[in-house]
Amino acid sequence: MLTITTCHPLKRIITLVVACLIITSPALAESGKAPYKIGGIFAVTGPSSMLGDPEKKSMELAVEQINKAGGVDGHMLEAIIYDTEGDPSKTVMGASKLINKDNVMAIVGPSLTPTTLAVMPMIQKAKMPFISCAAGNKIVQPVDPWVFKTAQSDIMAVATIYGNFKAKNIKKISIITVANAFGESGKEQLRAQAPSFGLTILKEETFGATDTDMTAQITKIRQDNPEAIVCWGTNPGPAVIAKNIQQLGLNIPLYQSHGVASPKFIELAGSAAEGVMLPTGKILVAGLLPDTDPQKKVLTAYMADYKNKFNTPVSGFGGYAYDAVNILAAAMKGSNGDKEKIRAGIENTKGHVGISGIFNFSPTDHNGLGQDAFVMVKIVNGKWELMK
Amino acid sequence: MQELLQYFFSGITNGAIYAVIAIGFSMLYNSTELINFAHGEFVMLGSMCMITFVGVMHLPLMPAIILAIACVTAAGLLFERLAIRTVKHPEHIVLIIITVGASIFLRGAGMIIWGKDAFSIPPFSSHPPLDIHGAKLLAQSIWIIAIFLLTSIGLQLFYKKTLTGKAMEANAISKRAAWIVGIPSRLMVTLAFGLSAAMGGVAGVIISPVTMCSYDMGTMIGLKGFCAAMLGGLGSLWGALIGGFLLGILEAFGVGFVSSGLKDATAFLLLLFILYVRPGGIISSVDVKRF
Repeated sequence: MLTITTCHPLKRIITLVVACLIITSPALAESGKAPYKIGGIFAVTGPSSMLGDPEKKSMELAVEQINKAGGVDGHMLEAIIYDTEGDPSKTVMGASKLINKDNVMAIVGPSLTPTTLAVMPMIQKAKMPFISCAAGNKIVQPVDPWVFKTAQSDIMAVATIYGNFKAKNIKKISIITVANAFGESGKEQLRAQAPSFGLTILKEETFGATDTDMTAQITKIRQDNPEAIVCWGTNPGPAVIAKNIQQLGLNIPLYQSHGVASPKFIELAGSAAEGVMLPTGKILVAGLLPDTDPQKKVLTAYMADYKNKFNTPVSGFGGYAYDAVNILAAAMKGSNGDKEKIRAGIENTKGHVGISGIFNFSPTDHNGLGQDAFVMVKIVNGKWELMK
Repeated sequence: MQELLQYFFSGITNGAIYAVIAIGFSMLYNSTELINFAHGEFVMLGSMCMITFVGVMHLPLMPAIILAIACVTAAGLLFERLAIRTVKHPEHIVLIIITVGASIFLRGAGMIIWGKDAFSIPPFSSHPPLDIHGAKLLAQSIWIIAIFLLTSIGLQLFYKKTLTGKAMEANAISKRAAWIVGIPSRLMVTLAFGLSAAMGGVAGVIISPVTMCSYDMGTMIGLKGFCAAMLGGLGSLWGALIGGFLLGILEAFGVGFVSSGLKDATAFLLLLFILYVRPGGIISSVDVKRF
């Protein structure tokens, strides 16, 4: 009697352990290999959510597609995504969680240049393959071995606009930029490239991201009759500027940056958007591209898949994360999870046809995009039109 | 001359908006000695209600304006009833922190209701801008100034001519004395909350065609209104008017003659200077206490 009662709990524990083994083992046997974990940090909520939200969704879409096609060398991909709210300190917290707690193999994101710059020291220390979805040049200049980015940079956007000026023989311009990192970076490029296109910048004005009225700045610009105005900002400021220019009855062509390349700008600016010209990635005008364009197939497939999965129209920004995950997955092939091999794999990516352009990375170019990543569009009757 | 006028027009348009917001701050401070940091969020609510009524439901302008202001007033009354009156130990610092909390709550609620995008509605009337010596005065600016004038005259009449208005003023001057002569002070406080929120609603309504409205627009504009109220002298109706216009015009001229990068700095430096010289604001109706 006594022996049975003392033995009983032990037996129970053994049975439990065995049962546990039996229950968990089929799961182990089925997947075969442990999943590859990749981290995502995006500004899913907050003022920059128009970037982060589609990026998060696109990352989920890319991971799902890769897993459906059998994963990477038989390993399923597992995405762990944190919200940064566009806040640098929350981004650092998210990145440190991904590195120390979740032990991811690579990180995609964040969405903004300031948040990317905030996590870069940590990425270098952890030797973590890292593909940012932000646009700023400072991310890849100077080149950091571990840091890559998929968004088109300001350099190309400015060059595309200035190329248009050259073709139209425009010599004197004024610029108005938003007072934040995006605007400052744009201003730097606008200044730097002006001499090589024979341009003179007459006035440099700025505006606050949430200002309600910019007529004072535009009045100042009007004084010396520039041949064109370049506005550098993200919604909603540039829409206010377009409205103010229309209200003041200025007859000067307005050029915007790729920061407003979304249907939202046309909606916000209304009739004031007419005739506005801007550089944009090809996703905005995918339907208008000639069939010979190598990106057209990729673009239309991505747009259809995105719409099917999330039931919302595609945004111009989600492609950064979609490209990042696809480039990453390709680089992970044969790496066996070794971070140095993944890094080298990204660096050696050549001819990857993505959403934002055709990527050709090299040890000196961690953005990998060429001038062809941008096209100029003009808003005509509330619709985008390709400019030649 | 043309530039000068244009800066001036830009300044008085913004100034009228700041003044309406400043009046809301002052009114509440008068009755309760409370700074409502959620006031900017009431402006946001006013704008977003306009977006819903005009942009989505396509109501005619006048009913939409009245409905939007009514909604914001209701929100203000609800805020007083649920968050302020229920406090057990209504010390100032506690109440102020409650208003900060309410502002975060309202911003979050705004994000859930209207989403994270910015919206815009067409101007109240589609007249072309007036041309005065080459400077353009927008039709919407005239609307803003007209509505602003109407509200401030209305408020002045309310305070000076009606019994309720006089009772509110009495309550603001001395709660105890007002209580002795039989003025229900709690009701007056509720009324002050409602009126202050309504002023926020008015600001939100008139601003909605000028700017792009989104759930997070309230913080900065609330702060500017608060500065205007401080500049003019907190607690004074005239002070709020002067402070609002001064801030708006200073900002516009700051852009025109100094630099657009220093727009906020120019205005705020002057604010600091004025407060240094006259700590109670330009029209100081209250004794300034140091914390």
